[in-house]
Amino acid sequence: MKLKLKIWRQKNQNSKGKFSNYTVEASPEMSFLEMLDVLNQQLIENKEEPVAFEHDCREGICGTCSMVINGQPHGPMGLTTTCQLHMRHYKDGDTIVIEPFRANSFPVIKDLVVDRASFDRIIEAGGFISVNTGQAPDGNTIPIEQDEAKKSFDAAACIGCGACVAACPNSSAMLFTSAKVAHLGYLPQGQVEQGKRVKRMVVQMDKEGFGNCSNTYACEAECPKGISVANIAKMNRAYFSAVVSTDEK
Amino acid sequence: MTKLNAKIPEGPLSDKWRKYRSTVDLVAPNNKRKLEIIVVGTGLAGASAAATLAELGYKVKAFTFHDSPRRAHSIAAQGGINAAKNYQNDGDSVFRLFYDTIKGGDYRSREANVHRLAEVSTSIIDQCVAQGVPFAREYGGTLANRSFGGVQVSRTFYARGQTGQQLLIGAYQALSRQVSLGNVKMYNRHEMLDLVKVDGKARGIIARNLVTGELERHAAHCVVLGTGGYGNVYYLSTNAMNSNVTAAWRAVRRGAYMANPCFCQIHPTCIPVSGSYQSKLTLMSESLRNDGRVWVPKSKEDVKAIREGSKKPTEIPEEDRDYYLERKYPAFGNLVPRDVASRAAKEVCDEGRGVNKSGLAVYLDFHDAIIRYGKAEANANGLDPNDAALVKKLGTKVIEAKYGNLFEIYEKIKGDDPYKTPMTIYPAIHYTMGGLWVDYNLETTVPGLFAIGEANFSDHGANRLGASALMQGLADGYFVLPYTIGSFLSKEIKTPPISTDLDEFARTESEVRERLTGLLKVQGDKSVESFHRELGLILWDYCGMSRNAEGLKKGRELLQKLKKEYYENVFIPGTMDEYNPELEKATRVADFFELGEMMMVDALHRNESCGGHFREEYQTEDGEALRDDENYTYVSTWEWKGDGEITEHREPLVFENVELKTRSYK
Repeated sequence: MKLKLKIWRQKNQNSKGKFSNYTVEASPEMSFLEMLDVLNQQLIENKEEPVAFEHDCREGICGTCSMVINGQPHGPMGLTTTCQLHMRHYKDGDTIVIEPFRANSFPVIKDLVVDRASFDRIIEAGGFISVNTGQAPDGNTIPIEQDEAKKSFDAAACIGCGACVAACPNSSAMLFTSAKVAHLGYLPQGQVEQGKRVKRMVVQMDKEGFGNCSNTYACEAECPKGISVANIAKMNRAYFSAVVSTDEK
Repeated sequence: MTKLNAKIPEGPLSDKWRKYRSTVDLVAPNNKRKLEIIVVGTGLAGASAAATLAELGYKVKAFTFHDSPRRAHSIAAQGGINAAKNYQNDGDSVFRLFYDTIKGGDYRSREANVHRLAEVSTSIIDQCVAQGVPFAREYGGTLANRSFGGVQVSRTFYARGQTGQQLLIGAYQALSRQVSLGNVKMYNRHEMLDLVKVDGKARGIIARNLVTGELERHAAHCVVLGTGGYGNVYYLSTNAMNSNVTAAWRAVRRGAYMANPCFCQIHPTCIPVSGSYQSKLTLMSESLRNDGRVWVPKSKEDVKAIREGSKKPTEIPEEDRDYYLERKYPAFGNLVPRDVASRAAKEVCDEGRGVNKSGLAVYLDFHDAIIRYGKAEANANGLDPNDAALVKKLGTKVIEAKYGNLFEIYEKIKGDDPYKTPMTIYPAIHYTMGGLWVDYNLETTVPGLFAIGEANFSDHGANRLGASALMQGLADGYFVLPYTIGSFLSKEIKTPPISTDLDEFARTESEVRERLTGLLKVQGDKSVESFHRELGLILWDYCGMSRNAEGLKKGRELLQKLKKEYYENVFIPGTMDEYNPELEKATRVADFFELGEMMMVDALHRNESCGGHFREEYQTEDGEALRDDENYTYVSTWEWKGDGEITEHREPLVFENVELKTRSYK
């Protein structure tokens, strides 16, 4: 199949970007990134600059790949990262518009590559349990109800890709942050620091310039791992209870 | 050739580590604050080491070429992590885990290291639970287990099919905590391009800032490499696209020895190749073999009909199917170790019974498991176990709960529903048992240079058992290196901070610069990627699932020819002073060429078949691997002497606690 691509090209963070047009020959079994590999191979053969995009595991788990495809982060398929999207969902003659994730807190590095270090700083603010190596009691000391473990896991499945931010009209990172708050908050081990954790992470999130949540739920719709917006409610509740019950600023 | 000293502590096997820990030289807290450690790589091994060393009080600088430490390829491990907890009361013990690992590795690993690994395995689970890793639980709230290939107990802990992800996030969070406390300085998007030695000791690295392209000098009292394996030398593998050997290889070029480079693991259950544009292969967790049955049709007529599309696999009656693993290995059946399962798949495909167009695929079928689970569920809930539709529905639910995400991955890639039709699978390169040679302290032959996780060679011998990679990475990082590093650093407490103004740093930096500009200057016609594909094919054909002397010699020649062409005809767009992924790939592929040649030399020298290394000349009458314990019970290590020239050194392996036996899974 022959495809027309409109791809965002931007030399670096300080330069102005623009769309460039390409055509590429693809086959239905290819993954979306393999289609871009073919394009890049073509560009290199013509001694042109290949399109920079980030990717690594190509199994939908590392969270490295991004891109907004025809207006949707990670493209049209639900619960699917860009690397797991396959070309059989397109047809001959289609035009595909490819852009980077767009958010002030995710500055463009080059073409489709953005800097998501702000996510790391949110985790550094409190997204952990403070236990040094060697301090742990036996793993079966604390029984955890299957359902609670499941809820915790569902939130922990977040891959930190940033699609939630790219999908949100306010570029909010509430889904990402709340997923971590919920992952640790559902577990008894995580309860000890929960108040402090949620306050610090929310403060950092605001400091990074992410917007607020206005309940459009676009984040949940586009999340490749199906992280639920119920986590945001859980985070808000934890945040307010922490604000009224702890002295720490 | 010299004999290497592994510095294994004296005493009975089960006392070695305990005694070592009580007697190894320590560094006092006030001195730890003055000592700097560079950790390269932030996967399970690197992140857990960086976090733990920082907790102890050392000043740590951690490097990753990813945009975040959370992206390392440990994240993709699916099935689980082993630990000798014996929570299932099925007779597991530290000794049994040790024994299974030694046997699974086909008696080519070091007893003392493997026993230590089995000992610390239980602490890993405790640590991860405390960090908030959401392991699978039983109804009563206790931790759940499942079994894996090559063993007869249930000792694998798991978090759905995303165990690696959850463990890595645990280590990443521990690391993030140390970053926030100022104990670790994190360098994202930095790639180590060389090791700096001062007076023979590892004292720093040259790293390239991948955003600006700038070369940076970083100094420390010692350097730790947790940079993973080199499976991507084959181009197509289950490794992430960016996984590479460069950090480890640069260490080899600076005097570290490479051990058993030809020991590569081929994983039996991967999604088969579908076309020439293919960029990577996707693993389907080994845990699937708990419930999936592997088969091909008995007759070639059925094979032909399937390939032409006139017959579906579900239309082949039971008696016309060859469940070849169950037939050949009745004791272990579908749960034989990875190397055995892979070779058996190759064998039936070589016979012309492969079930896709390329002839390189076998079936992994869940139909029987769905029925079995469905009946059990029906009985448990007082429903009719003879209602076929109901049983199927209930059984599908059980399978979904166990492997749902893996089935989803499969469906996304193949467009087939594995609940209804069997999966097609084929072996692919997955893990490398070989790696930097390290002694009991995890120190390489370069003083002050340590290697942990998949980057070292130490624990898996010639074949790794499933769910043991996560165990080893975290064992090294959380519980071994933090002690053993004291053996080196306790002697460095008077060493002032290392200056990056030293000549050695300037010299190494300019060598790196020359290497990069040299590659950029070629300005030929072929992309890095196309060379990498060709290189991978040479290795797969001549140094892959089975090898022979003639092929290895031919493969080496082909490789040398391609390498020469690489330096004459590669084209890298852009400059080195910018974000340039093509340049990153180019330096990695250049190092893969040198490593690939070393692998072939190693494979040619080892005149026996063991684990992942199957030499066609050395097999029993019924096609099983034929080990030569008399002549090859040693670790072969290779010293880089200059372009293409390498010298062998050996570490003899002494087995005092297990008897060397022919591995039998029949």
